[in-house]
Amino acid sequence: MFKSILFKNDSDKMQAQKAAMPEFFTDLNIDQIVDTLTSKKHEYDLKPFFYTKLEDVDAIKYRQEIMKDLENEQLSEKIRNFEDKMRTMRGYLGQSDKLSYKYQKERWFLDGVELYCDAVLTLTNDISCIEIKSEGFISFREYLNNYVNSDTFRSLDTWTKKLEDDLSKIKYALFIKGNTIKVKKYESEKNYSQEIEEIFEKFKQDSVKDYRVKFSELPDMNHVEAKILDFIAALYPEIFSDLDEFYAQNSNYGDKIIITFDREIQFYLSYVEFMSQFKRNGLSFCYPEISDGSKEFYAYQTFDLALGIKLINDEKPIVCNDFYLKGRERIFVITGPNQGGKTTSARTIGQLHYFANIGCPVAGKSAKISIFDKMLTYFEREESINDLRGKLEDDLFRINKLLNMATPKSLMIINEIFSSTTFKDALFLSEKVMEQIFDLDLLCVWVTFIDEIASMNEKVVSMASTVVPDNPAVRTYKVIRKPAEGLSYAISIAEKYHLTYNMLKERVKS
Amino acid sequence: MKTFLMFRNRDFDLKQPLPPSADYLVQDLELNTLFNAMSSGDAFIFDVSKKTVLLSLVYSDPILYRQEILKDCIKNPSTIRNIYALAIEGIESEKKTYFGFFNKYPDAILHSSIEVLNLFMGTLKKIRKIADEESDKFESNGFKRFFNMIKTELTDEYFEIIEDHLKELEFKSGMLIGADIGSGNKGKNYIILKPNEKKQNWLSHVFSKEEAYTFTISDRDERGAEALGHIKDMGTNLVANAVAQSADHILNFFGMLRNELAFYIGAINLYEQLSKLDEPVCFPVPESSDERIHDFDELYDVSLALTKKQKVIGNTLNLDEKNTVIITGANQGGKSTFLKSIGQSQLMMQCGMFVAAKRFTANISNGIFTHFKREEDTKMNSGKFDEELKRMDEIVNNLKKNSIVLFNESFSATNEKEGSEIARQIVTALIEKNVKIFFVTHQYEFAHGLYEKKVDNIFFLKAERNADGSRSFKLSAGEPSQTSYGIDLYRKIFHEDLVQKI
Repeated sequence: MFKSILFKNDSDKMQAQKAAMPEFFTDLNIDQIVDTLTSKKHEYDLKPFFYTKLEDVDAIKYRQEIMKDLENEQLSEKIRNFEDKMRTMRGYLGQSDKLSYKYQKERWFLDGVELYCDAVLTLTNDISCIEIKSEGFISFREYLNNYVNSDTFRSLDTWTKKLEDDLSKIKYALFIKGNTIKVKKYESEKNYSQEIEEIFEKFKQDSVKDYRVKFSELPDMNHVEAKILDFIAALYPEIFSDLDEFYAQNSNYGDKIIITFDREIQFYLSYVEFMSQFKRNGLSFCYPEISDGSKEFYAYQTFDLALGIKLINDEKPIVCNDFYLKGRERIFVITGPNQGGKTTSARTIGQLHYFANIGCPVAGKSAKISIFDKMLTYFEREESINDLRGKLEDDLFRINKLLNMATPKSLMIINEIFSSTTFKDALFLSEKVMEQIFDLDLLCVWVTFIDEIASMNEKVVSMASTVVPDNPAVRTYKVIRKPAEGLSYAISIAEKYHLTYNMLKERVKS
Repeated sequence: MKTFLMFRNRDFDLKQPLPPSADYLVQDLELNTLFNAMSSGDAFIFDVSKKTVLLSLVYSDPILYRQEILKDCIKNPSTIRNIYALAIEGIESEKKTYFGFFNKYPDAILHSSIEVLNLFMGTLKKIRKIADEESDKFESNGFKRFFNMIKTELTDEYFEIIEDHLKELEFKSGMLIGADIGSGNKGKNYIILKPNEKKQNWLSHVFSKEEAYTFTISDRDERGAEALGHIKDMGTNLVANAVAQSADHILNFFGMLRNELAFYIGAINLYEQLSKLDEPVCFPVPESSDERIHDFDELYDVSLALTKKQKVIGNTLNLDEKNTVIITGANQGGKSTFLKSIGQSQLMMQCGMFVAAKRFTANISNGIFTHFKREEDTKMNSGKFDEELKRMDEIVNNLKKNSIVLFNESFSATNEKEGSEIARQIVTALIEKNVKIFFVTHQYEFAHGLYEKKVDNIFFLKAERNADGSRSFKLSAGEPSQTSYGIDLYRKIFHEDLVQKI
């Protein structure tokens, strides 16, 4: 029996109900990512879903499979149609509640029910024509099929359609002279504005300004409109008494499971939309292989999602990097010039782990990521400067707290620690911390200016941000295991502008 | 109704963006001098002339179409200026009424539209009169078609029908409005209906026997009267829109007439000024872009002539079959002037104008680009070279085969060895991609390297230097030589300074 499109385990669902934003979110800029993900979907209150890490591999795979189905645009487009209709439906019901004039109230309600029936039927039909593979969707499809074939739903749908059809066919005419209005049925009189358009047709050029006045259409009616509607009801009495009865009988029409689905599915849709912005810019996402217990990690052609959002908005290119740990490798130590992508790399690795652990695809061409129990981050904080403890003491206090919480399944991310003391002290303290990390055997990313710790032992992988060799002012934002080599001055500028002989031959259109 | 004076079968779009190369072309070829001469101080004509010159045509048929029309204009300048004045009169009459103002009442929109339409009819009648009286004197297809259209579309009967409708639209005897039931059961799709024929008198509706309900809003019910006014406004909305849009369409017709005549007015102005200087002009022969043709007599720098207000020296050359022309030689020897005249004539030909030469034939280019050394750039060398290549990159983004690129001392912001190598790579690649090139250079290594290759379609020109060091400002065929005679120039300046000091 279908329960939820988002949670395979009830325990995860319970967690999500009381979830608050995890502390490391701001360090890793995941808060910004989640803001972007949910910015157009406030009404669904999606953030708690993004705050909740899943407990086991099965629950993650349940989501991965559903997300894969939704990456099929045929399916996501259909779900979006459903979402639009459900949203409009909620608007209509709100309108019905607010208005006081009887025939208006009843009509907004009827239109809401019509949208609901249409949304459910269309979705049922759409899903049956599209190939779906995930356990979650297959079970939801079965639920929908049973529901739309139930008597309750069928009779609701038939009645709604008949009434809508009757109302839409009504056409009437008003003859206005002075203060007198006559209301009558329409008798095929011709549209006068068409005649005017035909006369001036020969002057028609490109499109011109639209002179139609936009009337501020309030949903309620004034007494003249109400009077006219009463007369229309008198011209068509059967239709309007049927409307009265429909309203009286159908107040509890919506199905709870379907309404919950409408909210939960937004988790996936928001992520699919989010990924598509990047994909349009030539970047990749992949479904990471999830393991529980393995220390192997890799992510190729990956990037920082939060920075990526900004770069895309500014129409700037995003630089991808490769990260991997194999064998006994556990710790990335990242050094190199400032503003070169070091902190970005640390955040990227944190984000990779987090999004993998909530069942989402991650930035990159391929990735393997483990389930972690705790994300432990150390980033410099402005506010701690006012603290009674000195900066160095605060650093030690915080890192000690993190080390005490850490288990071999934790992920630790350290960004520029011990920057407020002498180099000698910083080296000493860093080595001490590093030894504890070795003992814990956990995965760690450490951004530092202390080159010495990059070569402490075989668990450490040294990576460095890089610059254009002949122009050290220019950052490449590449963080790599090895530096690259340079080019002669004039040719390297020509290459930068793609103006060498070979490049030009490719560029000029024949 | 289309004026079709700029293109045989489409409108001239003033909003079309200029090509990315436009700013460089204007600066490098000193085109503002040309546009100023065309505009005679009229900002609108300046704008249209600039766009027309920079939005080059790339086929000979549309070029010849404009040439024919321009020939008619040069023969009948006062008729053209009269029609242009009427187009402006039409546009101005819109400003005399409240038409076009932002308005939220359809009733007010309707009435101001009727008013402006009445004025428009007056101006259209005047244009008809010119067509009746002057059209015999025009020979071009463009003008023949234009005058014919005026005569067949704007007949006396048509003017009468319009005036009848403008009266009927006042709704003196009541208004019939149709509507459907929309969301929330409110009325929607309000439209004015024309009552069915059988009821001759609109008033008879009120008393007919059909099923109907009538009510009257009492005189004291102000909100009721407001609500009724609102319904009438919603009803009138579409008709008012149709009338106002018709007025806009006619206004656009005047606008289009003005747009499409402005270039020709500009060309007449230029023609008259060059005639006064006794400078020759001719209608060029445009050849296909696949050809390599450049053959001219007394081609001169039109901006230089306009600035100096006198006849200037021109060049007579035949560069047929040549894809690439490398120009070397004496400083102040007329190299840049020649390069400018090549660019100007290409643009003038490809906008359908006459060119500044006694005789001119050239192949059409699919795009015209300039890459001139920037004198004013005083930044450190590395930045300057970077800037040069950045501009080249922008050019290449828009480059197609059979385009033309004019280089003036390009890639010289680095040492000669590196600069020559970059120039060589770029020029070789462009030649292989069938891009036509004129290149003024002092880089001996680059120019000589190409000369040594002895390729048939590369031609070498040299600025002449007389034995006494004076210049003729004419170019002729010649092998690149190692010195640019800059020493002459220094000597001249040094000498002048000396004289001044004494």
